[in-house]
Amino acid sequence: MATQKRTVDVALSTTGVDAQGRPQRVPLVTADDGSPVAVEAPPMMEPDLAGEHMLINIGPQHPATHGVLRLVLELDGETVVRCIPHVGYLHCGFEKLGEYRQYNQILPLTDREDYLNAMGNNVGMVLGAERLFGIEPTERCKVLRVIACELSRIASHLVWLGTTCIDIGAFTPFLWAFQQREYIYNLIESWVGARLTPTITRVGGLAADIPDGWLQNLRTFIAKFPATVDEIDKMLTKNGIWVGRTIGLGVMTADEAINWGLSGPMLRASGVAYDVRKDFPYYDYETYDFDVPIGTNGDVYDRYLVRMEEMRQSVRILQQAADRLPDGPINVDDPRVILPNKSKATSEMESMIHHFKLVMEGPRPPLGEAYVAMESPKGEKGYYMVSDGTSKPVRWRIRPPSFVNLSAIPKMVEGHLLSDVIAINASIDIVMGEIDR
Amino acid sequence: MSDSFELQYPGSALGNAPAPVSPSNVPNRGGEVNPSAAALREQFGDAISRVEVVWGDTNVYVRPDRALDVIRWLHDDPTQRYDYLSDVTAVEYRDADFPIEVIWHLRSLPFRRFLRVKAQLEKNAPLEVTSVWSIYKCADWLERECFDMFGIKFVGHPDLRRILMWEQYREGFPLRKDFPLRGRFSRAEQLRQALAANPEARYSMEELSIADAFEDLPTEMRSRLRGGERTGE
Repeated sequence: MATQKRTVDVALSTTGVDAQGRPQRVPLVTADDGSPVAVEAPPMMEPDLAGEHMLINIGPQHPATHGVLRLVLELDGETVVRCIPHVGYLHCGFEKLGEYRQYNQILPLTDREDYLNAMGNNVGMVLGAERLFGIEPTERCKVLRVIACELSRIASHLVWLGTTCIDIGAFTPFLWAFQQREYIYNLIESWVGARLTPTITRVGGLAADIPDGWLQNLRTFIAKFPATVDEIDKMLTKNGIWVGRTIGLGVMTADEAINWGLSGPMLRASGVAYDVRKDFPYYDYETYDFDVPIGTNGDVYDRYLVRMEEMRQSVRILQQAADRLPDGPINVDDPRVILPNKSKATSEMESMIHHFKLVMEGPRPPLGEAYVAMESPKGEKGYYMVSDGTSKPVRWRIRPPSFVNLSAIPKMVEGHLLSDVIAINASIDIVMGEIDR
Repeated sequence: MSDSFELQYPGSALGNAPAPVSPSNVPNRGGEVNPSAAALREQFGDAISRVEVVWGDTNVYVRPDRALDVIRWLHDDPTQRYDYLSDVTAVEYRDADFPIEVIWHLRSLPFRRFLRVKAQLEKNAPLEVTSVWSIYKCADWLERECFDMFGIKFVGHPDLRRILMWEQYREGFPLRKDFPLRGRFSRAEQLRQALAANPEARYSMEELSIADAFEDLPTEMRSRLRGGERTGE
């Protein structure tokens, strides 16, 4: 039957009036005799674009790339065919600078590489330096360092959560997350005075002991914080948009994830229960009671679930650390690395010489090398130091977890839509300060 | 709490793996040797030149030309299973005569082992070592960074180019000991190069070939790119 498609004037149509009685134009498809027929698909109006690939550049100045990452994408329609990442825009040469600095002077550099996990980096750096010196920190120091690590892990995961929500289109969890992060930074500020760059550790101890009443503030945070995680959990985990935008994206199987060197939540979301705190523990992590969440599918959604659960487990560790925090000194009794008492340094000649030599020449570790790994929020963060017996390392190397995690992005985004690239990139939890160093 | 994933207590290690220990108060030299070192000696003989234990970690020195074989065997052998490559890096010592070392930090997740494999490259010979990219995909960027910073050529790497420094960087390899902290060029020259950088030429010819975008560029820019100009990343 021959059909024609036409648009009739509302005045002639009985159905062409909306609920408010206002006239509207409706398209009608009628047969020759005027009876309605099924609508056929309109003819293809757009030219056939198959085979022509498009070049899209994202970044380096783009809010969704979490820093100065640049992705050059080859698109077939909206599907990513190839992804070429470019990094290095924030290269500061920290590893070179470290070769010209004493061990304690390197610590401020570690604040600035993974700046969301500054305290954790400080702890990792002195973990390596103390291995080189053969020093075992005091019990109180170890527990305080665990507290520092877990606090900054929560802070880092909160930034990841907030920014990922914004990338995917939810704004409210960002504000909730950053409010809690503010409490953590208040805790850090009342401990050492700085917020973003605390430089909290020293070789052999800490820069400062916690002030009076600080533990009580920590307990308040521990008591209140899980409610926020639950709230965000309620809002996102079963949310149709969130699930639709995250599930099945950027899948890495367990074997692939190991082979591509992924670590941290990226690896655990793929089903590999490798956590440095459990497998190669440091600071008595094996004596804390906590679980390692692992995912099954290795997609963006599982990475979200793993990180959410990690925050809860960090709260458990914080609770245990606050309960077991012993009294005692925070610095080891080792004149090779620890400065003498200030009043002695200004009154006794020997202490003054000791102070002078430690500050001007710096502590000298024996010949040797050490690679220490710690579980940073991004994954396995390694510090590799080589000493030739002088006060400055011959080589100071950071094993950057998000650098290695990011190197798998061409594999993860292949075949996905352009808008999913943003979600996959967000799920890696990159910090460009650490990638470029 | 969501129910769609499981909580696991132990790591990914097998049941017969040793229990995790905190390596506290380990001696500077000596101590327990990683059992893989003895297995390597047996398998490869004189390709393993030295084994030492430093601060609790076992160092295995291999001949550079056998490094790939050794690492492949460590990865494939069912009794070793070093399936995780933590890091690839290099060390140049302040002693000018001492060779540059390329270092692979390997982990066996099933057996909870850690092994450091080293290959010493003489400075006067070409700095070359075989790439392990064919075994571990994560070596891609790590080897590129090592090449970028030390100028060590990883033979067999599919795409060995600079990663942190830009491709037109001509001052050398920053982490080499003969490289001054402020760079080789004067501040004036560095500034001149930065100001003269051509921000339009940020795409490589390979990238421009994706969409045949090269033909759409202005004639003047095409001629400059064709002449090999690649200033700015």
